[in-house]
Amino acid sequence: MSKVHISTTVNGEAVEFLADTRDSLLDSLRDSLGLTGTKEGCGTGDCGACSVVVDGTLVCSCLMLGVEAQGKQIETIEGMANGDALHPLQRKFIEHAALQCGFCTPGILVASKALLEKNPDPSEEEVRYWLAGNLCRCTGYDKIIRAVMDAAEEMRGAA
Amino acid sequence: MNYHNPSNFSDAARIARDASGVTRFLAGGTDVLVQMRAGAVTPHDIIDIKNIPGVDAITRTADGGFIIGAAVSGAQMGADADLVAAWPGVVEGMELVGSTQVQGRATLAGNLCNGSPAADSVPGLIAAGATAQIVSADGVRDIAIEDIPAGPGRSNLVKGEVIASITLPARGQGGGDAYLRFTPRTEMDIAVVGCAINLTIDGDVITSARVALGAVAPTVVLVPEAADAIIGTTLDDAAIAALMNVVSAAAKPISDKRGTAEFRKDVVGVLAKRVAKIAYARARGEAV
Repeated sequence: MSKVHISTTVNGEAVEFLADTRDSLLDSLRDSLGLTGTKEGCGTGDCGACSVVVDGTLVCSCLMLGVEAQGKQIETIEGMANGDALHPLQRKFIEHAALQCGFCTPGILVASKALLEKNPDPSEEEVRYWLAGNLCRCTGYDKIIRAVMDAAEEMRGAA
Repeated sequence: MNYHNPSNFSDAARIARDASGVTRFLAGGTDVLVQMRAGAVTPHDIIDIKNIPGVDAITRTADGGFIIGAAVSGAQMGADADLVAAWPGVVEGMELVGSTQVQGRATLAGNLCNGSPAADSVPGLIAAGATAQIVSADGVRDIAIEDIPAGPGRSNLVKGEVIASITLPARGQGGGDAYLRFTPRTEMDIAVVGCAINLTIDGDVITSARVALGAVAPTVVLVPEAADAIIGTTLDDAAIAALMNVVSAAAKPISDKRGTAEFRKDVVGVLAKRVAKIAYARARGEAV
């Protein structure tokens, strides 16, 4: 079993880990770095629960090898709140009760944040298409969409 | 599994040529990692091409064409306004592949090499007359996209060959292309039938065309007789009827859980009609 030494940046912090070459980035985040907020749903890029941002691009961490993280800037759900202050998206998800079991929530929050950074004023249709790769089996999506739209509005007002 | 990270395509090709076991090139990884996870493929050597300089860039050829590096993602293509303006059909095909997350990684070359008959980006490339630059230890050659797929999951590339980039020709005056697929859902689905048409017009008359069909044969297919049905016409009702008949006859689909052969042969005609109208409108400079 070959292991590779990887140096990378996660949520602004320089980190190092040893990656089995077969590990996905999701495996590395959860098992090597202890960042278990990123969830494994399907492991095949279908459900979006493992969404992270790598060098500014939203990706499924299950579809990337841990060794590919060398020298990258990675953002996960653990970097979303500012200390005890929740990100507006996180607050709005609570206000709108946009979750039930919560398993898909980290991925949806990371994906929604990536959307609002790219497009601060999305239409409902744009939100739904952007989040089409994030599956939720509890909510029926409506509350999620409303929470994202409400957070976007608040963030535009704050900007 | 050995992870290789070469800095040029010659080295990448040489590693693959000299490897003794199962080898996979890694660009976006959106198929390779799924196959590994499913246990369908267990590579001994994985060759990551993403650190090769220029592999993630879209550049222009001297005559106005586009060279799309093998690691350029669908999201990058959609963000390139010049590419979208010149080849909207190629871009809209690629953008149908997977979710936002998958678009951040998935590549044209990967969609092509994965060898799915239903690959959404491939009909548009074939209709456009695109070529792939193939690098091996022996050198570099360019081949037409339609000569690469060999069957479901198979390509005509041999051990030690790797796609470095895909070249789209210059758009030129009076050109338009389009791609549509049929799926039961609007997103996150696999084409039941796909159709891409690229054409050029002089005045109102179609002077050249290429028609490619997806998911109706073991590979994506170029159908020259479908192009012949509309070349020399103004895409009038008779030309459209002829086009619909020809593509339906050319389709050799299977029946599976996504659709029966009869259904696919019918739908391919409907899609061809719609795609031809969009491509024709784009060639006339109308916003579609």
